[in-house]
Amino acid sequence: MTRYITRRAAYCALSLLLLSLTIFFFVRVTGDPAALLVEPGASAADIAAIHHRFGLDQPLWVQYGLFMWSLAHGDLGQSFYYQTPVIDLYLSRLPNSLMLAGVAMVFSLLIGIPSGILAAVRVGRFWDSAGKVFALLGLSLPSFWVGLVLILLFSVYLHWLPSSGAGTPLHLIMPAFALGWYFAAAHMRLTRSSMLDVLGSEYIKLARLKGLPEALVITKHAFKNALIPVLTLAGINLVIMVNVAVVVETVFAWPGIGRLLYEGITFRDFPVVQGVVLLGGAMIVVVNLAIDILYAVIDPRIRLER
Amino acid sequence: MSAPADVITLPSPPSRAARRRAIRLGDIPIVPAAILIIIALVAIFADQLAPHDPEVGKLTARFKPPFWQSGGSTQYLLGTDQLGRDVLSRLIFGARVSMVVGIMAVIVAGVIGTALGILSGYLRGWVDQVIMRITDTWLALPALTFAIFLAAIVGPSMWNIVIILGVTYWTRYARVIRGEVLSLREREFVQLAVVAGCSKWTIMARHILPNVINSATVLGSLMLGVVIITEATLSFLGVGVPPPQPAWGLMLSDGKQGLMVGYWWLTVFPGCCIMLMVLSANLLGDWLRVKLDPQLRQL
Repeated sequence: MTRYITRRAAYCALSLLLLSLTIFFFVRVTGDPAALLVEPGASAADIAAIHHRFGLDQPLWVQYGLFMWSLAHGDLGQSFYYQTPVIDLYLSRLPNSLMLAGVAMVFSLLIGIPSGILAAVRVGRFWDSAGKVFALLGLSLPSFWVGLVLILLFSVYLHWLPSSGAGTPLHLIMPAFALGWYFAAAHMRLTRSSMLDVLGSEYIKLARLKGLPEALVITKHAFKNALIPVLTLAGINLVIMVNVAVVVETVFAWPGIGRLLYEGITFRDFPVVQGVVLLGGAMIVVVNLAIDILYAVIDPRIRLER
Repeated sequence: MSAPADVITLPSPPSRAARRRAIRLGDIPIVPAAILIIIALVAIFADQLAPHDPEVGKLTARFKPPFWQSGGSTQYLLGTDQLGRDVLSRLIFGARVSMVVGIMAVIVAGVIGTALGILSGYLRGWVDQVIMRITDTWLALPALTFAIFLAAIVGPSMWNIVIILGVTYWTRYARVIRGEVLSLREREFVQLAVVAGCSKWTIMARHILPNVINSATVLGSLMLGVVIITEATLSFLGVGVPPPQPAWGLMLSDGKQGLMVGYWWLTVFPGCCIMLMVLSANLLGDWLRVKLDPQLRQL
């Protein structure tokens, strides 16, 4: 068991190292940040001064070494643009992103789980096909367009909800729905297939043979067990939501991590981009590792593989 | 000629013609197929169909609503945008951008992914290790972030978007194709080819490739929707197809300016086009998956 965990953790560390290397060089290919920070027509000396201040005049491998060295000390560097530590920027945006992702997750589960169960119980019938169309629709609508249409309906015509910004719970409703919509389809599909698996199992047959009413069989016996894989996926998706919300954040001017990364890329703010991508990658890797370990604890067969 | 009684006859495998007949015309989901064909035709004949120049507008005719609303005219059936450009004409030319980018990107991704998947699955060893580690690192970055990055590096243009999307999405092909090749390489016809002295390259090109083409096609049809949405998203964010070219995502981004004052046609029409196309592609892909490739049904 310890060996399994050590090996998995080593793999994770390796892929994070690769990611840091990739992102470090990628971000430097996008262009020269000094060109965006000086006024047009600035002298070569001014640009050289900026290069020197940010350490961009050193060879690449020295820059990478310095970056990794300060990373090892828990320092992600300073933003070129905001002149503040990247970690402070990140932490100031993180609560917004988590809140958005959390509410979006609640939305997607509230839609996805009941419709998935309904589709499984009525497999092959009307509600099943309706669910299938719904799932395909969820995958076919760009989330930013859902956001725009929501703004049109609820802000422009009905004046019920604010169209952009953050601050009150009302601000949260539309972005969370636009973000959660796509994931609702995925959660619905998984709930359906997992529910179908459970409904075909021996203990459900037994429960039925005992003469329990069908409603009780489904709610008490099948539902709980069918929920396990769905909640696992939801856990992974929560992390993914934090990291892919950039489009929805753009539409609603939501000050989250996605915006921070997007601005970082357009302003060539190297430390911000490196920091946000690495922290996001670390989140995904750590959650995957935790799930792997959890599964290995539950199911010994996984430990013995490979 | 009758076979002797003691010879056991095996059921002969279905002939090529019979298999072709197995896909009957009636099975094809008519509506999505028709929608895609119509969009393709519109894309091809955009020059003849569009009533106005999609890139040049009349500034005196800005923000005209569709013809059935007061203030609209039949000259601009679906209204005009902030530069007085005809929305219908832009939608028609936008179909061309979406079709070209979507199909070309799927092909680029398919060629890269299938080639690497075959190499990885057939050669095994260090080639396999290297390709799969690259795939893993690729997947640690969300696809959209990665695409934004590439767009920032190579700059916006339609053909760059094709390459960006191809380079972003090849990993899915590589994974699936590699898995198939792993089982194919143990099959007898491949072993026989080895015994017959075929080189590795001949085996991969002549014996393995034809057997994974089906899966690649199914994956491609399923990827089409994803690719079109990503293209629209990139254009919406301003790192995709550059203005003044008419792309649906770009139209949505322009439409945002008139959203708060209720110019709904700038948002609703392009979005509906994207939805129709992606939904049709997904429905068709779903059908192909079930029909062509039983192994992919679990995807």
